[in-house]
Amino acid sequence: MKEEKWAALKERIFNIICFLATILPLCFLLWLLADTFVRGFARLNFNFLISLPSRFAYKAGILPGLVGTLLLMFVTIFVAIPLGICAALYLEEYAKDSWLKKFIELNVSNLAGVPSIIYGLLGLELFVRMLNLGPSLLAGGLTLSLLILPVVITSTRESLKNIPSHLREAGLALGASKLSVIRRIVLPLAMSQIITGAILSISRAMGESAPLIVLGAATYLAFVPVNIMGEFSALPLQIFHWVERPQAAFVDNAAAAIIVLLIILAIFNSIAAWLRQHHEKKRGGL
Amino acid sequence: MNHVTISRREKFVRRSVEFILACSGFLSVLVTLGVLYILISKTWIFFKQVPLSAFFLDTVWTPLFSSQRFGIWSLVLGSMLVTTVAMLTAGPFGILAAIYMSEFAHSRIRKILKPLLEILAGIPTVVYGYFALTMVTPALQLIIPGLNGFNALSPGLVLGLMLIPTVSSLCEDALFTTPRDLKEAAYSLGARKLSTIFLVTLPYSRSTIIAALFLAFGRAMGETMIVAIAAGMKAHFTFDVREPIQTMTAYIVQVSMGDTPQNSIEYLTIFTVGTMLFVITFIFHAGSRLILRSKFKAKS
Amino acid sequence: MTAAQPKMSIKNLDIFYGLRKAVDDVSLDVLAGKVTAIIGPSGCGKSTFIRCLNRMHELTPHARVKGQVLLDGVNIYGAGIDPVTIRRRVGMVFQRPNPFPHMSIFQNILSGFALSGRKIPKNKEEIVEIALRGAALFDEVKDRLHAPSAALSGGQQQRLCIARALAMQPEVLLLDEPCSALDPISTARIEDLIGELRSNYAIVIVTHNMQQAARVSQITAYFLSGKLIEIDTTKRLFTTPKDQRTEDYITGKFG
Repeated sequence: MKEEKWAALKERIFNIICFLATILPLCFLLWLLADTFVRGFARLNFNFLISLPSRFAYKAGILPGLVGTLLLMFVTIFVAIPLGICAALYLEEYAKDSWLKKFIELNVSNLAGVPSIIYGLLGLELFVRMLNLGPSLLAGGLTLSLLILPVVITSTRESLKNIPSHLREAGLALGASKLSVIRRIVLPLAMSQIITGAILSISRAMGESAPLIVLGAATYLAFVPVNIMGEFSALPLQIFHWVERPQAAFVDNAAAAIIVLLIILAIFNSIAAWLRQHHEKKRGGL
Repeated sequence: MNHVTISRREKFVRRSVEFILACSGFLSVLVTLGVLYILISKTWIFFKQVPLSAFFLDTVWTPLFSSQRFGIWSLVLGSMLVTTVAMLTAGPFGILAAIYMSEFAHSRIRKILKPLLEILAGIPTVVYGYFALTMVTPALQLIIPGLNGFNALSPGLVLGLMLIPTVSSLCEDALFTTPRDLKEAAYSLGARKLSTIFLVTLPYSRSTIIAALFLAFGRAMGETMIVAIAAGMKAHFTFDVREPIQTMTAYIVQVSMGDTPQNSIEYLTIFTVGTMLFVITFIFHAGSRLILRSKFKAKS
Repeated sequence: MTAAQPKMSIKNLDIFYGLRKAVDDVSLDVLAGKVTAIIGPSGCGKSTFIRCLNRMHELTPHARVKGQVLLDGVNIYGAGIDPVTIRRRVGMVFQRPNPFPHMSIFQNILSGFALSGRKIPKNKEEIVEIALRGAALFDEVKDRLHAPSAALSGGQQQRLCIARALAMQPEVLLLDEPCSALDPISTARIEDLIGELRSNYAIVIVTHNMQQAARVSQITAYFLSGKLIEIDTTKRLFTTPKDQRTEDYITGKFG
């Protein structure tokens, strides 16, 4: 009797400890975010969004960073997403189980684990120096594309795997070619999930800063980077620049820029989450 | 119209598509080769000018100073210090959170908590760096005497926070899928919930737990922005987490932001350090995958 | 021979899953030194029933029980009774062998001690040997006691589970279709084992195999749709069943 009560108490205590282990990090994050929001909110106004950076904190804005991030996103979308989907299609639909396929899969797996700064080194030598693109927006976009390529491939493969094989077989049995089956059956069905994965990959790319710094991107850019072959900046880089300044006013700027960045990422992730839910509803029959 | 033979044009289209897709597939191999080539070739050139002993047998790293020394161990130790603090945070919190979600929480709470924890992994590292420098360090300075404005403790804690979902997600999946008949066997022998968790469920999943920790370790070593912002930019060989240190990744950032002439020794150092980083993270990432793969093989 | 008090006595047991009644008003006695077999078609409630004898049923969400299950005259469902103490006295072997894969054979046998919060006695080698001999497994594994349990065959694993239960020195042994996942040779081995074990324990075995029930048990109970239709000595139930439904099942008219 006493033993049972003691055991129940131990279980309760452990339960609470585990619960705290789950909740405390979230509370900590909440504090960090709340403090940042409070700090940056005052600084956040329309001018902040459309101004160039400046030596004077109160004048400085994030326009170059915003535009840079946006353009980088476009480059990445047009490079990484098609390449990733094609590679995933190859691995999932065409490649026969062989050592070659395993080798490619091993490569994708490995690349996913390579630190982002190493991609920066790759981009620096390959795009900036060897291909002579200089520290340009294009080089940055290509580097980010390589960075997220393994993620796009993996998530697209998961989406393709989710399409049951009997649907493909039904298409083939009706006399369709493999290409037709992919075009008309597999891709349409998998598309929303593929796009969800793509959105999440892009959102990850937009938060990256290390590889861009190594490439030579500017953390302080006095103009708006509209030239794809010219110097560029990005929102995380401007944040980095301001965090490094000792003056409190610049730290406020950093906080405000962080709010903008987090809002952008939140929007992207929400779209992805909505798409995923929408897809789940549609899939009821599968 | 002939329904039996396929037109030559159609055949050509299909072959081309397959070719293009295959090329995309091979691209990942090219990327790996590219990374390896660049790292190895630059490191090779570096070691033509700097003896191996200067690199591996010294603990002072001052390539950017006038008296240059190339002892890699201060950078490695710097990375290790931050990573250790991070693992001491992410490990316990991640595993306990995984236990909570798989053993104690109602499924509705689990459905809410799991994505919430994932948010931790989704916040850009530069934002975490901001947190570490502007909020965590000042707060810690109130309770830890002698804590420098740049130190290994603060970024380590924040990095650990970021890695909690890496650990908890993998562990929770493993714990949740522990076969029911093992737990039933334990209960039938007179076990209670805690005994079952500690003597059956956790040991059964121990390889996944280790794999998760390896994965988190590798990611911690490869992290750049948090340490570049909050840990310091001067390489010190120290075991004191209150002092400023420089990690391998932060050094690469430091050199990249300066004006280093191409092919100078200073420029080459970032690739040498990059190679060291690549090897270390590869070991842990591959180790993690090997453990997970052997667990699947053992099951089947 | 005087009629001893039954080891376990089930009185008017109703078993529920939520609102659904799975077992209806069952009363029967389990005698020490005898093997009681419970037979019936699938879904008749025999597994549900046996899992109430060591209070494993309540681990299922929304599981409920009404009535009494007496162990040595004391209701195991009485107020203030800790189910864990019951499970230490009433051991169970499951349908699929479930040795702990992360433990060696040796550790598996002793696992009941640590799991139930008891210290492993100093004479652990002796305990392991006795348990393995009791399960007729010792000679086959004595050279590799510290090998992982996963290396054993299915039949050996099941005997390991029996040894693991025996190491706790239970008074009653519940066997829930212990041979249904095994090959015929392993099955025969375990049936022999049950015959050897019954002198020391009260054994209840659930089986869908009538021939097995006829071979190993002295008392047989026939369940149908959650009700106890008939219980008698095995010989009488199989040769001259009193209830038509029992006869229909035994002669294979259904089920």
